[in-house]
Amino acid sequence: MRRFAIPAVIIAVAMGVLALLTFGVAAQGTNSSIDALVARGDFPAAPAAHTRLPVLGAAGAQTLAQLRGKVVVLNVFASWCDPCKAEAPILEQEQRQLERDNATILGVTYLDNSSASQSFVRQQHITYPVVRDVSGNFVRSFGTTGVPETFVINRQGRIVAVRRYQLAGNWLQRTVQPFLAEPS
Amino acid sequence: MIRTALALSLALLLACSAAPLALAATAHPRASLTDIENDVMCTSCREPLAVAQSPQADSERAYIRGLIAQGLTKQQIEQNLVSQYGESVLGKPPASGFNLAVYILPPAILAVGVAILAVTLPRWRRRAQAAADTPSTSSPAFDPAEAARLEQDLSQFRG
Repeated sequence: MRRFAIPAVIIAVAMGVLALLTFGVAAQGTNSSIDALVARGDFPAAPAAHTRLPVLGAAGAQTLAQLRGKVVVLNVFASWCDPCKAEAPILEQEQRQLERDNATILGVTYLDNSSASQSFVRQQHITYPVVRDVSGNFVRSFGTTGVPETFVINRQGRIVAVRRYQLAGNWLQRTVQPFLAEPS
Repeated sequence: MIRTALALSLALLLACSAAPLALAATAHPRASLTDIENDVMCTSCREPLAVAQSPQADSERAYIRGLIAQGLTKQQIEQNLVSQYGESVLGKPPASGFNLAVYILPPAILAVGVAILAVTLPRWRRRAQAAADTPSTSSPAFDPAEAARLEQDLSQFRG
């Protein structure tokens, strides 16, 4: 029995290290399950809906759950990102329309410092609410790895559309329109 | 009298010259961008800020320059960066939660390895020693006739 004690310890340590490595690699990986579900029409519930995110430039926090009943266009952005600058006017224009239909855009800053984000908001004349995801855990639960990314969430809190690159043309308007008519 | 005056002057001179040194020793050194860049990460490109070339890295550098200009120490700047970008901005992960594995595992593996060697090496040495002490019984001794024949054969090869 004692003959096997040392090999058993070595194997256990090796397995432990291997398990840690596997966990680390898996944790770094990209989560594309939301995209696949949305593409199939199995709209998944928005993850981390109860995560409290600090409001940019103000006290207090906001959760996605607090917006249940509204159509929410979740836009992940950063001030240093040129495509984010390019799509900001599209979002701001859409916000004016959405407000009338019990819907809103919710900006989420990612990989950005708050002073730069606030300057961005001022320069782009953004009026919709903007929150900060400091740890990045909230946006990562959406499979986000970069900016800009946009998610359309219906009144039941389900993700109905995903765009993992810059908004252009009337994609946002076309995509959101059918969900605005749905009852809350 | 002159000696006393000289001693007093010398003491005063020493005190004056030591004061700025003592102050410098207690004050925090001024942070530099180069120093901080080596210890923090570009959070979007996941590489050290010192080598990262991206819009986010440039934005992070500009932010750090602003903090340096405010007179913050390196430690304060790193704390500020964590509050803005999260813990992933730090080059070395904080020693808490799952990150503890980074600090605990390498020395633990080393300790286990040393312990295994400490147990097995004496055993191997004892076995080797015992094998050397035991007279070999595997090969039977030559009888004199065979030994003579072998010697004869070998002598032919030796010329």
